[in-house]
Amino acid sequence: MNIDLLTVESTRTAIAELQFTASALVDSFYGKIRNQDPDIGAYLSLSGERAYRQAARIDELAGRGNALPPLAGVPIAVKDVINTQGVRTTAGSKILANYNPPYDATAVKRLENAGAIILGKTNCDEFAMGSSNENSGYHPVRNPRDRSRVPGGSSGGSAAVIAAGTAVASLGTDTGGSIRQPASLCGVVGLMPTYGRVSRYGLIAFASSLDKIGPFGKTVRDTALMLQVMAGRDPHDSTSAEVPVPVYSDSIGEPVTGLKIGVPGEYFGGGLDAEIRSAVEAAIEKLAEAGCEIVPISLKHTAYAIPTYYLIATAEASSNLARFDGVRYGVRAKKAKTLADMYRRTRDEGFGAEVKRRIMLGTYALSAGYYDAYYLKAQRVRTLIARDFDEAFAKVDAIVTPTTPTPAFRLGEKIDDPLAMYLADIFTVTASLAGIPGLSVPCGNTKEGLPIGLQVLGKHFDEATVLRVGHVVEHAMAASATGN
Amino acid sequence: MVSEKDVAYVADLAHLELTEAERERMLRDLNSILGYIDRLNELDTSGVEPMAQVVVHGSGEAEAARRFDFAIRADELAPSLLHEAAMSNAPQTDGAFFKVPKVIER
Repeated sequence: MNIDLLTVESTRTAIAELQFTASALVDSFYGKIRNQDPDIGAYLSLSGERAYRQAARIDELAGRGNALPPLAGVPIAVKDVINTQGVRTTAGSKILANYNPPYDATAVKRLENAGAIILGKTNCDEFAMGSSNENSGYHPVRNPRDRSRVPGGSSGGSAAVIAAGTAVASLGTDTGGSIRQPASLCGVVGLMPTYGRVSRYGLIAFASSLDKIGPFGKTVRDTALMLQVMAGRDPHDSTSAEVPVPVYSDSIGEPVTGLKIGVPGEYFGGGLDAEIRSAVEAAIEKLAEAGCEIVPISLKHTAYAIPTYYLIATAEASSNLARFDGVRYGVRAKKAKTLADMYRRTRDEGFGAEVKRRIMLGTYALSAGYYDAYYLKAQRVRTLIARDFDEAFAKVDAIVTPTTPTPAFRLGEKIDDPLAMYLADIFTVTASLAGIPGLSVPCGNTKEGLPIGLQVLGKHFDEATVLRVGHVVEHAMAASATGN
Repeated sequence: MVSEKDVAYVADLAHLELTEAERERMLRDLNSILGYIDRLNELDTSGVEPMAQVVVHGSGEAEAARRFDFAIRADELAPSLLHEAAMSNAPQTDGAFFKVPKVIER
């Protein structure tokens, strides 16, 4: 079996037809992880016991000739900010080095109920704060496409396992671009669902009004199949929406004739890499050839999205991360004489530099005398950014942009300049603030061979159109690669 | 501009101690980031409603209330995490409670 070519559907079919067993497949993936992952660093923990138990369950079903669930035998990896019962979950932080969750995240439970096999937990920026994966409390991740470069972040490990072929699909989280940006930098597909589409129960919270769980895969269809089983109301998450879940794969391959695609001028300014510009323009041309109507639009508050995001996200983070105090879980600092001293030492020793920076910025923005000037101001600008999208979506069905302004940068290149790192999210934070769905799909490579991603944005709860448009681009790329 | 005093005050609020070197670096980084954030003041936001949650934006009060209906549930007893499981990650416990260093100094 060539495990590099497996997709969600081909894995399930092969297991149903008894071409190989799920247990043998898990052996193959762990073999590949042992060989290749030490150079990439995408995994933080492996969950062998749990993986083989699930594989045995699938093999028993297949052996009896029973109908298999939709993700039967599909080996997946889960970002380490998402709880997995009995499997260490660190959030990429030293402060949770010994955390063993007593329950599963709903997304994990639903994937496993659908037959997926969890191979392990993926590396990420600490508490999902970062755009390069260099803020991991453990070790950085190398981009499988060029190991001198970052995979992006914060879900760098979850993107890298797809690019390296050490999982068939994976889970990430996106707060300001943490699924789409690494997907773009690693040359894979990443889907950020609408805010409220997928339950966050069991997700270690970073910024609660922005956090979303979403899938990575080799293909648009794979991300659709992953979303399918995770989407929908969960009584354990009061922000998960009671909105009907369509059959996402039905929309893939549907004609796009007459679909109106908005192209915002603000995303094609001076800071955009020339090779990315031409690849994205070529992809837009393919959409026009497929029958889409291309409509120039304006999202006029785009330039204010980064400052807005970094106030709201850090303010929420400063509150969410207050729970890490060495009392109920995690690593407690030794030798503290008083409770207050224990809190401070635990947090000083447990958190890395970027997490401390964001807690400080967020605490400052919420503190007496600054709340109105910073936090409330940012919430008002957030309304303006969301309105930009409302106005645009009154005229168009989807919006396409570059996912990132540059291809993957070198390890160490931006690590000493927090502001430069924040600007890596410039094209992704807008949709995060508005709560709309977004997909990054590969649309070419630079001359150096670095992947380029196209971002497709849609209306609230209209992942179906986003996937449909993404698939047209994917299909056109595959056709041009084979010369058809 | 953030001052050294502000950094010390905010660190205290956030239950962080920070080393001397960390405080210096924090002062520089916060001023650089806040300098960039200042561009929000170019926008006149008077009369613009603040947006705290995605689900309520751009809609009237009645619609917002309707959209949050699903979040309301009956106040009924339901199983929750068992005590033992909830305590299983505690750094220090006597079995029933979390143990911490002295809260009040005498």
